[in-house]
Amino acid sequence: MKMKLTTLALGALMAAGPVMADLVFPSLSYRTGPYAAGGIPFADGYADYFTMLNERDGGIGGEPIRLVECETGYNTEKGVECYESTKGEGALVYQPLSTGITYQLIPKATADGIPIHTMGYGRTSAANGNVFSNVFNYPANYWNGASGVVNYLLESNGGDINGKKIALVYHNSAYGKEPIRTLEELSKKHGFELKALPVDHPGQEQKSQWLQIRRDRPDYVVIWGWGVMNQVAVQEAANIRFPMENFIGVWWSGAEHDVLSAGDAANGYKAITFHNVGSDFPVFDDIKKHVVDAGKAAGAGDQVGTVLYNRGLYAAMLAAEAVKTAQDMHGVTDITPQQMRDGMEALEITEEKMAALGMPNFGPSFKVSCENHGGPGLVGVNQWDAASKTWSLISDFKPTDGEVIGALVAEDSGAYAAENKIEPNC
Amino acid sequence: MFYREAGDFKISYTQDNQTFPIRFDRYRYYAVMIFAFAVVPFLINDYWANAIMLPFLIYAIAAIGLNILTGYCGQVSLGTGGFMAVGAYACYKLMTAFPDVSMFIHVLLAGGITALVGVLFGLPSLRIKGFYLAVATLAAQFFLVWLFNRVPWFYNYSASGQINAPERDVFGIIITGPNAPAWATYLFCLIFLTLCALIARNLTRGTVGRKWMAIRDMDIAAEIIGVNPLKAKMTAFAVSSFFVGISGALFFAVYLGAVEVGEVFGIQKSFLVLFMVIIGGLGSIFGSFAGAAFLVLLPVVLKVVGADMLGWPTDIVAHLQLVIVGALIIVFLIMEPHGLAQLWRVAKEKLRLWPFPH
Repeated sequence: MKMKLTTLALGALMAAGPVMADLVFPSLSYRTGPYAAGGIPFADGYADYFTMLNERDGGIGGEPIRLVECETGYNTEKGVECYESTKGEGALVYQPLSTGITYQLIPKATADGIPIHTMGYGRTSAANGNVFSNVFNYPANYWNGASGVVNYLLESNGGDINGKKIALVYHNSAYGKEPIRTLEELSKKHGFELKALPVDHPGQEQKSQWLQIRRDRPDYVVIWGWGVMNQVAVQEAANIRFPMENFIGVWWSGAEHDVLSAGDAANGYKAITFHNVGSDFPVFDDIKKHVVDAGKAAGAGDQVGTVLYNRGLYAAMLAAEAVKTAQDMHGVTDITPQQMRDGMEALEITEEKMAALGMPNFGPSFKVSCENHGGPGLVGVNQWDAASKTWSLISDFKPTDGEVIGALVAEDSGAYAAENKIEPNC
Repeated sequence: MFYREAGDFKISYTQDNQTFPIRFDRYRYYAVMIFAFAVVPFLINDYWANAIMLPFLIYAIAAIGLNILTGYCGQVSLGTGGFMAVGAYACYKLMTAFPDVSMFIHVLLAGGITALVGVLFGLPSLRIKGFYLAVATLAAQFFLVWLFNRVPWFYNYSASGQINAPERDVFGIIITGPNAPAWATYLFCLIFLTLCALIARNLTRGTVGRKWMAIRDMDIAAEIIGVNPLKAKMTAFAVSSFFVGISGALFFAVYLGAVEVGEVFGIQKSFLVLFMVIIGGLGSIFGSFAGAAFLVLLPVVLKVVGADMLGWPTDIVAHLQLVIVGALIIVFLIMEPHGLAQLWRVAKEKLRLWPFPH
């Protein structure tokens, strides 16, 4: 019980922390644990873009940016600690890069009036802004991803996948379970046979799942993995000589580190994406000049241009654009989280805007509205070339099955609204 | 000098047998209780409640539960995480099925359900001991997590398999959900911890506890002197699981609010609670508190000192934390196998003799 005195002393220490008037972006990152391989490049990209804005433009609208990094280890308890310790500093938006932590933060952040942006992860039905006032998941979500995969298969099979067998290898968690419902609906609609194979955290044990795949011989395998699970899956697929071009990953299973370890055997592996890949964009010149060459790169600085680095960069860019929108809307530069939320809801990304930012055709152009926090849900497909060690876009960003997804979003968000007695927001 | 028994006369058995026979100890205990109940609720904010006090209080309940089973009755258990999951899911099902019933009752019932499950998984302990029992409880851990992942009824058929705590109250004060005030959640957990600690303390020094300890020290001898091993072991499993179930219910409903069974109640949780019990001290109620406080505070302190004050990279701090916790466990096992509780006991002995040690 003496411990309480120590805690009290510690509290006095922390309460004395300074509160500065600048734009605070917490980065709930994970650079440790079984998911660090994915967490590091994303966190680096997120940090580097803001560092670049600070160095080149002096922040956003003249307001300097302060990035507060907090290590979560992909662990929900640490995520809560990180949220509570950073929210008092005036955090503008949370991007936890973890579906588990997102579920935790949705009610908390909504009660605190802070927006959450879960780009391509989190709770899919948060696309319904009528129910989830403070949660955004533009430009695409899991269900768009699931539908994007099926659409791509339809396209490559001349529009008919009736009777085909598709196996889904998924991370046995909220993240991995998200697409199942959509895939089930789509399997009814298009007549393919779906077989879901769960892989438990952290995902190194997949022998039995791949044995089953070898026995069942599905036409396609779709993977919903993250962290170390991806590398193991690609290697296992290579081991059973599963044709790589029939193996498709979600966007979280399609980065360099996922396929490099399997070497040439990974050639032809595909993954869907909602943003462009490579470092052939003008913005990377600025990052090189102001961040990397100046020795200010986050982490080891060796991730620039990788798929997940680009995703971190893209997330930071969308956040910065939302800040600009909010600053214009409210006429102040030092915005509050509430104003940030308004900015995100009024965000409009156009081709011209992206070109002006040095990121032409980096992602889709879209407009967020009060009802639709999910964006257009355009999904493209990447393919890995093991010889040149690069990902390249083989199918352009195309629309997904809005009819099926819209119904599911309405159903799931409706259930959430009823359970928590939420009034329509718009 | 100021910490001594001289002049502290006991004139009845009740006085002689009280939990804190030394006056100074007793007053310190009252002071801590008053501080915890009457002062902290006025000072506490969201950060303190959610990042430090709630995990400490809840882990302390779990540690008391495991300490009864492992420290007092000598039955090694690696199923704590699984039993916490039972508490959490029982609480969730009750909360959603009976929204108008007070949270207090839900948590108690969740504890009761966990006690039943605990007894069920404790049955093998009558035939197997030591490492083999540890493996049997490990099976409980994996089975329970698998069950809650596998059967959609447990998570009310939600798309993601997550369970979310809806808003519930006690006497009109919101306890769960995002709008619950920090002081209310803190007090709610504190009340449960206080009750659990009092019950545990009084059980362990009465007949039941003595039977547990007899079984722990030598089960054959205990049987010969008339201790029924079936009753003793089953009560230990029941009481232990009851506490662990309460902690699981609070962990889900009050602290986290949303839970994914594999991640939150996995095998790491079983080990964490076991480390708390070992570092705190096997067979000691105070040890459970000390162990829980130690392992909850250490990462936070390291993070504040390393990342916030010294500005080190967050990954270095996270790795350093693993190194430090690991090293501390080894140091404790070698230098002080009886844990923090024994250090505290030694310190008290020294204080009693101070300033004139023999």
